[in-house]
Amino acid sequence: MKPYDLIVIGGGPAGLAAAISAREAGVKEILILERDNEPGGILNQCIHNGFGLHTFGEELTGPEYAIRFIEQAKALQIPCKLNTMVLDLQDDGSGVKQVTAMNRQDGLLELTARCIILAMGCRERPRGALNIPGFRPAGVYTAGTAQRLVNMEGRMPGKEIVILGSGDIGLIMARRLTLEGAKVKAVAELMPYSGGLARNIVQCLEDYQIPLLLSHTVTDLHGKDRVTGVTLSQVDANSRPIPGTEQEISCDTLLLSCGLLPENELSDKLGVSLSPVTGGPEVNESLETNVPGVFACGNVLHVHDLVDYVSEEAARAGLHAAQYLKEKKRDSRDFSLPICPKDGIRYTVPQTVRPDCMDDTLLVRFRVGAVYSDCRIFVSLGDTCIQTLYKKKIAPGEMQQLTLKKADLAAASPSDSIIIRLEENVHGNA
Amino acid sequence: MYDVIIIGAGVTGCAIARELSRYQLRVLVLEKEEDVCCGTSKANSAIIHAGHDATPGTQKAKFNVLGNAMMDELSQELDFPFVRNGSLVVCFEEAQIPKLEELMERGRQNGVEGLRIVRGEQIQKLEPNLSDSVTALLFCPTGGIVCPFLMTIALAENAAVNGTQFRFDTKVTQIRPTDNPQEGWQIFTDAGEVLTTRCVVNAAGVYADVFNNMVSARKLSITPRRGEYQLLDKKAGALISHTIFQLPGPKGKGILVTPTVHGNLMVGPTAQDLTDKEAVNTTAAGLAEVMEKGRQSVPSLPGRMTITSFAGLRASEAEKDFVLGEAPDAPGFFNCAGIDSPGLSAAPAIGVYLAKQVAQTLRAEKKTDFCGTRKGIPNVAQATLQERKALIQQDPAYGNVICRCETVTEGEIINAIRRPCGARSLDGVKRRVRAGMGRCQSGFCAPKVMEILQRERDIDPLAVTKHGPGSELLTGTTREDREDETV
Amino acid sequence: METRNLICINCPLGCSLTVVTDDAGNVTVSGNTCQKGADYGRKEVTNPTRIVTSTVRVHHGRLPVVSVKTSSDIPKGKIRAVMDAIRSLSVSAPVAVGDILLPDAAGTGANVIATKNVEKLASEIQGSYDT
Repeated sequence: MKPYDLIVIGGGPAGLAAAISAREAGVKEILILERDNEPGGILNQCIHNGFGLHTFGEELTGPEYAIRFIEQAKALQIPCKLNTMVLDLQDDGSGVKQVTAMNRQDGLLELTARCIILAMGCRERPRGALNIPGFRPAGVYTAGTAQRLVNMEGRMPGKEIVILGSGDIGLIMARRLTLEGAKVKAVAELMPYSGGLARNIVQCLEDYQIPLLLSHTVTDLHGKDRVTGVTLSQVDANSRPIPGTEQEISCDTLLLSCGLLPENELSDKLGVSLSPVTGGPEVNESLETNVPGVFACGNVLHVHDLVDYVSEEAARAGLHAAQYLKEKKRDSRDFSLPICPKDGIRYTVPQTVRPDCMDDTLLVRFRVGAVYSDCRIFVSLGDTCIQTLYKKKIAPGEMQQLTLKKADLAAASPSDSIIIRLEENVHGNA
Repeated sequence: MYDVIIIGAGVTGCAIARELSRYQLRVLVLEKEEDVCCGTSKANSAIIHAGHDATPGTQKAKFNVLGNAMMDELSQELDFPFVRNGSLVVCFEEAQIPKLEELMERGRQNGVEGLRIVRGEQIQKLEPNLSDSVTALLFCPTGGIVCPFLMTIALAENAAVNGTQFRFDTKVTQIRPTDNPQEGWQIFTDAGEVLTTRCVVNAAGVYADVFNNMVSARKLSITPRRGEYQLLDKKAGALISHTIFQLPGPKGKGILVTPTVHGNLMVGPTAQDLTDKEAVNTTAAGLAEVMEKGRQSVPSLPGRMTITSFAGLRASEAEKDFVLGEAPDAPGFFNCAGIDSPGLSAAPAIGVYLAKQVAQTLRAEKKTDFCGTRKGIPNVAQATLQERKALIQQDPAYGNVICRCETVTEGEIINAIRRPCGARSLDGVKRRVRAGMGRCQSGFCAPKVMEILQRERDIDPLAVTKHGPGSELLTGTTREDREDETV
Repeated sequence: METRNLICINCPLGCSLTVVTDDAGNVTVSGNTCQKGADYGRKEVTNPTRIVTSTVRVHHGRLPVVSVKTSSDIPKGKIRAVMDAIRSLSVSAPVAVGDILLPDAAGTGANVIATKNVEKLASEIQGSYDT
């Protein structure tokens, strides 16, 4: 069987946008493989509004945002196999990748592709990974699972709820469950600040008088069969529970909104090297992984805060895949500069830049490790500062970006690296 | 009127049931939980011990070695995963080496084969990720690992296929001799029933003392000894290949680090004596201890790869040995009590031993149509491409992946629900086919498995449970189901 | 005179706003960094509004519920009333994005509109008949 030009793993916002842009750039044989029963991914259960301001200039709900891309993919006649689980990805070095997938209709699918875009998204951190002690009753859900149950299946996971973690999904679910008649008793957050947007704190918690307990965590879970309550404790600066601060809250449900983890088991099988910080593939300026012809975008690459950025990034991945297929960017000098995050910068995507392969400008996304105010971000090539950026306030929850200029990297030699670092209180008025 | 009622569907209860199903007897297993394998059998180290630990001459020593020797054949007959991966007992000081030698000598007396002490460079060759401070170890090639769920389930299924009845969600509240003691026993249940039986087998785990003490003057006292564990991602599974014990202490074999038959890594258990027989909760202190002590053996143990933690209660009898056989002052009442470690290893041999005793008492004849083999649920994740194709051709549901972390298909889940003693809850499905056992811990598949359970069992969506009555997963619907419209 | 302390939601700065309404009804906002903050503070005190999103029961659809939103923001005080109206609503598949499922919800002037397509469920058993 003839190999596909491009197989996109995942039909969520990233996969759809990547496939669309690849098609628009002239790629013919594209196939999207989606494990759920409809394309759109997690957007389908995000029925709240707030999506699309950057992309469409209007505020859409998740399903509406998804439909715009689904319609576009349909119009471009990009085939998408639904209910299809990709089981294995292999690259034997010949340039053609093997994709093993499975579904009810086709049975076992053994496909090949010249190019692959990884767009599998992420999963939620479960209770076990949080090491919450106590019993193992029914009534412990990740916020996303609860969101699916409520918004897509019309089921209520509980009546009296405590939420651990103040990420946006947790905040959104606090409001959603309240509107459906549940009592959300508290949202506990381990950190001294919330990871969610201010807008969600106001409109999801304050509007409904739901208390947000910062620097708190769940230190015990009660109830053998169904949750009957949780013990919340205050934590110190090192996130350790402070003895004597325990308070027991009765509830029948504990929702967890404690972070998202890029889902890279397939990338691993393919030999893609992963960043220990992002949990996603390490990519170059073309969003290409260390395996040639394998690109990554969306939450499988790094967890995004806004879907608009996912779409933008995925479109770039699609474009680069198209260029790869046309063999336009196979390049002569081909040296690669690492981008090194330092002093408060947690990570950057991409992690490396080949100056010869980049366009005139390159968008670099990054996150910081803590809340900083009055800070300046310095970008330097070796010892030379090539760019600075001032931020009045910067928080880990919000993804940041800066634009690298090709012209600024003209003097780069293969031994150079690009350093991005942060200085706080640059005006000394903390 | 039953010939035998077995109280408790844990691994020993099910092993006895399976062996008794060879005889022409009416056998009923009563279980207070909703499934087999819900007590001590589901939360332990999943180890088939070599048998060097128990004091020579004890029941523990005898049945451990016997049980271990049965495992290869039994796991083949009943199609459950068992691997003889070998175990290591490590010590960290030269001064402890005599203790290792003592352990080896004890093993020899118990009939354990192939034991040897390994020192120096050979240690790292055997297990490269062991701590540098390990000075010597006892290598026990016959040690193994098993899936305790699938072992128990296999035993139960095979018993059921051979005519044994199982009744779940049924708690025994009282046991009394019948008016004519020659006739046997009356068993009272929480459903208000009174069942009569010629013999009783008390395999009630941490509650076995309660039932024994209802009928016998020779009192038993079982202390629930809690053990907490952490289970690590399969990505950490290849860190070690053997089961690694530290030199045993008075309360048990210490914290071990072991691969599981499914490729995960497991660390535990702690040992804490309690009074509450239901206290299967983990504690912050316990979980911290598990990791700390595990790292003494394997320093690179990646605590961040923990996917779940759990606790089990060992049924530790005051005399520190298994109590097996007919109570001296209660004819027809057979104890299978005090089954703490190495209970899982000993279970197959205990099953044979007690079944024989019961059958002799009842003068039972063997069946001619006993079927001693059982085929497990197809495992799509481990099947070859050809096998997968064949399975999907046979039933397309084997092409529909429900649990993405462990690659579990709808076909496997349906199979798990429909077979004898089948799964009735989310945990029941999990124990049989591993849906929800992976790194996302059922975040993605729980709603789908709930839907399959509801459909297959034809129950209300709100009646689907995590592990039986009281553990209902949903509390309501957001919109009333009003069928006031027609097509 | 009434004073309210708010957090501005327009950007990650999250300015702490102090909004004072004097007895004559004049509103002054302080603590803001930009005009958007002043506007937000004034609106939150005089006429706070929200978009409401929820689901509506669907009969004979591919899904049991369809996601919906109010076509425009509604007064914050009307959220409960709009939710009650949404809760008592049910529709038959097919439903398409943008379909008005309830006009003028709870007298707010906003319509409840579908935000997703829910196709009709193909009848489960294809009828067979004797020839």
